[in-house]
Amino acid sequence: MQTIFRPFNPSSGQRSDRTAADRLRHRQKVREAIRNNIGDIIAEESIIGKDKNRVIKVPIRGIKEYRFVYGDNSPGVGQGGDGEPKPGDVVGQGQDGKENQQAGDKPGIDYYETEVSLDELIDLMFEDLELPDLERKRLRQIEVERLFHQKGFRRKGIRVRLDKKRTARSRIKRKKATLKRHAMSATARFPFHKDDLRYHHMVTDIRRESNAVVLCIMDTSGSMDRVKKYLARSFFFLLYQFLCTRYQNVEIVFIAHHTEAFEVSEEEFFHKGESGGTFISSGYNKALEIIEQRYHPALWNIYAFHCSDGDNFDSDNPAALKAAQELAEVANLFGYGEIKPLGSGYYGSSMIQFFSQIDAAHFQIVQIQKKEDIWASFKTFLTKDRAREEAA
Amino acid sequence: MPTSYTIADLERWNERILALVERFGLDPYGQEFEVCDHEDMLSYMVYSGMPAHYPHWSYGKNFEKLKTLYDYGVSGLPYEMVINSNPSIAYLMRDNSLALQVLTIAHVYGHNDFFKNNFTFKSTRAQYTIESFKSHATRVRHYVEDPSIGLEKVEALLDAAHALSLQCRRNLAIKKPSPAEERQLKLDEATPSADPFSAVHRRRERVEPDLEKVPLIPDEDLLIFIRDHNPHLAEWEKDLLTIVHEQAQYFVPQIETKIMNEGWASFWHKRILEALDLPQELHLEFIVRHTQVLRPSPGSLNPYHVGMKVWEDIEKRWNHPSKADIDEFGPRKQNANDKLFEVREVERDASFLRRYLTEELMRELNLFEYKSRGNDQVVTRVADQDNWRQIKDTLIQNVGTGSIPVIKVENSDYNSNRTLLLKHHHDGRDLQLDYAEKTLQYIQQLWTHDVAMETVIDNNKTWLTIIDHKLDIRKSA
Repeated sequence: MQTIFRPFNPSSGQRSDRTAADRLRHRQKVREAIRNNIGDIIAEESIIGKDKNRVIKVPIRGIKEYRFVYGDNSPGVGQGGDGEPKPGDVVGQGQDGKENQQAGDKPGIDYYETEVSLDELIDLMFEDLELPDLERKRLRQIEVERLFHQKGFRRKGIRVRLDKKRTARSRIKRKKATLKRHAMSATARFPFHKDDLRYHHMVTDIRRESNAVVLCIMDTSGSMDRVKKYLARSFFFLLYQFLCTRYQNVEIVFIAHHTEAFEVSEEEFFHKGESGGTFISSGYNKALEIIEQRYHPALWNIYAFHCSDGDNFDSDNPAALKAAQELAEVANLFGYGEIKPLGSGYYGSSMIQFFSQIDAAHFQIVQIQKKEDIWASFKTFLTKDRAREEAA
Repeated sequence: MPTSYTIADLERWNERILALVERFGLDPYGQEFEVCDHEDMLSYMVYSGMPAHYPHWSYGKNFEKLKTLYDYGVSGLPYEMVINSNPSIAYLMRDNSLALQVLTIAHVYGHNDFFKNNFTFKSTRAQYTIESFKSHATRVRHYVEDPSIGLEKVEALLDAAHALSLQCRRNLAIKKPSPAEERQLKLDEATPSADPFSAVHRRRERVEPDLEKVPLIPDEDLLIFIRDHNPHLAEWEKDLLTIVHEQAQYFVPQIETKIMNEGWASFWHKRILEALDLPQELHLEFIVRHTQVLRPSPGSLNPYHVGMKVWEDIEKRWNHPSKADIDEFGPRKQNANDKLFEVREVERDASFLRRYLTEELMRELNLFEYKSRGNDQVVTRVADQDNWRQIKDTLIQNVGTGSIPVIKVENSDYNSNRTLLLKHHHDGRDLQLDYAEKTLQYIQQLWTHDVAMETVIDNNKTWLTIIDHKLDIRKSA
């Protein structure tokens, strides 16, 4: 028989990364799993209202490799360490102990946590979403992207923008001019002078996109208990994050209402508690008032979202319906999310029946019953294909 | 990091080791050693040491897991990695010390000898190992690159096939009957055996066997059965099933002989290093490393330790049989060395432990049996006079492929609607149901039709089916 030794070959380092493609594919599957579980992740209280750079741990359950294995009632054999094991001694915790087993085919806890920043998560979440039916309005004011392009030349500039051809040409010009004045040989050395240098000039280009304003209207009346407010705020938090990530310059207006409506700051909107009765019309009228004053529908894309428990004061219903109708007509999208937590034995009426009379293509109703619904309802409002699907 | 040895050093030591290997009567294949760094080692571990292997995301996942464990220092890397091929290939980590390399080289020859001579490995066709893994890799890549197939489809099929890969025959030394033989077997079964008391007994009725049934005899090779009996599979799909099956078959012997094999290699590296007459500093390090590898791991089972103990015990009992042994088996006809080499040829873990793990040794190894209770693992039995047999049975049930449930195809046309009927051969251990659900879904995907499985849960005969992508559990009376 024969033995061969092959020495270490540093260039085989390239071969050492043979797992790269399989690792990449695995990472893709992890991302996919995160995306599929986003509903659950969003439902976790902890991410709402948190700092954007925070890293959150996302448990992933999707990427196990399944086979037929024995379950819990299958005994194993182990070796005692120091001292005699006695019947009744605890030798391991659940699945962890089993993983050390040489039999090794028991399911280990194959679900692990992966870390993503909130930013990355939001990126993943909003990949397929956008403000629907964004139209081009006349006064295009919002800058979305900055581009640079060349415009003219300058004598001063930075090295990378040096235009060599123009610089050479200006040297030749200067040489010709000098030859006329002074007697000197045409073949004599004639070096570049700093006045010869020419640089490209760059200007920033601002592309303007259609104006858009998003009106967030939230019911803060007494009937909106802690759970409902939490659901409503979660929804608006997502909306807010979405707008901040995807659109640089969308204007956002926050309106809180009970029997009266006020325009509030972002801080107040997300953190202030209120009480009192409910006139939904007040919120809508405030929104219409703001639109009239600042955001003319001919110039602005208008999106309005309202979250309420639908527990409106009866006498206000006709007024609310009228205002909603008006709002639905001026807006590109008017979404109404009714928050009815399961088992919250409500006696108040629901506005959904009333609002179903509204006949406007841009009006949409969803019902939010539990945390898990938030993401679903959010998607219903903002799915890219909505318009196309309806057309089809 | 500069190494403290050169290839020439390794070759010198290797020569001396080889001389001992021959003197002790080991009979290995030719051997190739490749020196690699730890990144290489991690990659080789992921792809079972193969220089070429087909791609799949699960290997990427495994790599990340190993690397994380390694980077955080939770687990080290194995000193050696050796594959069953002819010539055998082994990898040595270059950052290891000379003492460790010498130990590893000796250990590798132990494995190599075992691969070449143990009966379970006869079916692995070691001379073609590297080529066949390379051919598998080429074929899979070819399907991935084929625009009419592509990564997604190949991956989906491999995911499903991997789930079933070990649902195959375990003892490959037993020949699989051919269709004609199966038929004959069925007919013979139906014919009543000659009854010497036919005069007084009522004549047994002959039940005509159903020769139309597929399979005639329950089949354990799930992937191959599906490949041969699902008419809807494309050629590339059949080929992928074949590839996954062939690779699983290649690894079954290693699963089946883990304890024996590691024990054998440890037994011989110890013997060889002791005979090498190492300089003192190497010898001290050898003792430390050897003890690290061979120490019992409390709470679980260290195959190196258990295996080596049994080998040493065999040697001791054949060299100096106790009076009890002689009373039971008569005087020894073989010397210890012949016995050892015979055992390494004809046993696998289950039979090895059944025959040679004695009550005394079990007590010395401090073996106990445990069961899950809630989230804890609780000791249920210790190896005392009343319980050692039971513990031994449990151990044997768990070694090798014993930890994989036995599931066989009973009928490929159950209810006359092409439902695939499977039967779990229950031995007291129930299936883990969430895993069974996903695996049955995979079978359904490969069979492209309904699947039903008979099993036992909490002592009740139970039917598992997949209805609307969910597991349906029905107890039968």
